[in-house]
Amino acid sequence: MDAHKALPDGMVEKRGRSLWLSHLFMIIGVVIVFFPIWLAFVASTVTQAEIVKPPMPIVPGNQFYENYSRALNAGINVPVATMLVNSLIMAIGIAVGKIIISLLSAFAIVYFRFPGRTVFFWMIFLTLMLPVEVRIVPTYEVVAGFGMLNSYSGLIFPLIASATATFLFRQFFMTIPDELAEAARVDGARPMQFFVDIVLPMSRTNIAALFVILFIYGWNQYLWPLLITTDSSMNTIVMGIKQMFPSGDDTADWPVIMATSILAMIPPVVVVVSMQKLFIRGLLDSEK
Amino acid sequence: MEKRVTFKGWLLPLLLVFPQLLISAVFFFYPAGQAIWQSLFIPDPFGLSSQFVGLGNFEYLFGDRYYRASFFTTALFSILVTLVSLIPALLLAVIADRLIKGATTYRTLLIWPYAVAPAIAGVLWLFMFNTRVGVVSWYLGQLGYDWNHVLNDNEAMGLVVVASAWGRISYNFLFFYAALQAVPKSVVEAAAIDGARFWRRFFSIVLPLISPTTFFLLVVNIVYAFFETFGVIHTITSGGPQQATTILVYKVFSDGFVGQDLGSSAAQSVVLLVVVGLMTVIQFKYLEKRVHY
Repeated sequence: MDAHKALPDGMVEKRGRSLWLSHLFMIIGVVIVFFPIWLAFVASTVTQAEIVKPPMPIVPGNQFYENYSRALNAGINVPVATMLVNSLIMAIGIAVGKIIISLLSAFAIVYFRFPGRTVFFWMIFLTLMLPVEVRIVPTYEVVAGFGMLNSYSGLIFPLIASATATFLFRQFFMTIPDELAEAARVDGARPMQFFVDIVLPMSRTNIAALFVILFIYGWNQYLWPLLITTDSSMNTIVMGIKQMFPSGDDTADWPVIMATSILAMIPPVVVVVSMQKLFIRGLLDSEK
Repeated sequence: MEKRVTFKGWLLPLLLVFPQLLISAVFFFYPAGQAIWQSLFIPDPFGLSSQFVGLGNFEYLFGDRYYRASFFTTALFSILVTLVSLIPALLLAVIADRLIKGATTYRTLLIWPYAVAPAIAGVLWLFMFNTRVGVVSWYLGQLGYDWNHVLNDNEAMGLVVVASAWGRISYNFLFFYAALQAVPKSVVEAAAIDGARFWRRFFSIVLPLISPTTFFLLVVNIVYAFFETFGVIHTITSGGPQQATTILVYKVFSDGFVGQDLGSSAAQSVVLLVVVGLMTVIQFKYLEKRVHY
């Protein structure tokens, strides 16, 4: 396809002025899409005085170090460094937890015939349908009942109760050639040996792709941490930002809030951009 | 789809599915069941006892002007979010598809907003349109337009729509771009030889060929607008002014946690459950061929 595209006299390809126009459009598009992030970055490098007297500058100032160290070390309710650690634990906990339980159960439903298998399959299918946003009140009560408010387990477990990953792994396991399982059985390998020696290594790319997606899913959670972390030292960074706005008529501390926004988007952006190929693959696979 | 070769035994597989089963039961099925159960009761204000009211909560809900308004708000909001995120994404993807060089660079840059949490997106857009310090609202003011999303319903809706759609442009772009790359170039070139100009080719050949992707994105974006935009609305408008941006999910939250009206909130959860169910059915019914589960 690409070779075809590169044909010098291709009928459909555009050259010259039209090509430059295309680039121009793309650049305009990228600039518009990027503008909110750029503005947040600028705001995180200037003083409050420069922001409250609009229009604020659109090139970075010299307060980068001051604003970011103030945010990280002091924050407004709680140091942003603490919130970053909380978010990191939550996001990794969700990604790893979901991957482990999904790998195990997908392996079981693909490679075994056991009583209740169909029922189980439909049960996990049902969990696909109901985002946590829909069942917040009763889920909150369950978590409160276990004394898991303001805890990492309370942040993590309710969000791994969904079966997207299980379906993905099931789909992938179905494509593993039967001959491999056959050979393993003939060699007298026990199922878990087969799982560890053959299935896991073969799933490496899928696991990595899913990790990227789930990490971002976990990192970007808002409503759930908002409900169950009443203690500000347990706040995650994404939900903590809203708490940094003053109630009432006081002016928000914009430089610190914007520095926090930038800090909140760095980890997921780094993950997405650096693992772009895996991410796109994971996205296209998991959603179709 | 079944495997031909399987292992024997039943204890091991049960152990393997146990963790997922346990977590789903405790944090999914029990709460979902509770929501259905609670929706049939009205608890007294102290939460000490509750009275069975059958479908009373639902009757009350649909008799409630604000709840019906919230349905309308949600519909409007999700249609707008879908359009505002699909159209620019398609446009960018079409242009990127025509480029031989540089397309991947643009793609890398365009992915960024997808990684930004809805709540953070809300903060960024709030900052630009803030009535006191916002850059965009200031320039609008210079042009003689007095922007105030805190008081104006339409402006509030516009702002939460754009802030919600922004990150989705990246997502939709990725899918459209992949779909466009898969359109056979020979077909397009044949049309070109027949004298069809670019837009003609686009509307009569390319667009129909990528329609499965478009339909898929339509459903996925509506689901997104329904359920994942809470952060945007909470950070920008908190559902206001009055209830102008209170979508259904936001109302479950504000009635259940802020208003402490548990019976109504549970009934709303059940209504949403039905909505999600319908959407899932539609998604699977129309996308069967594309779904490999």
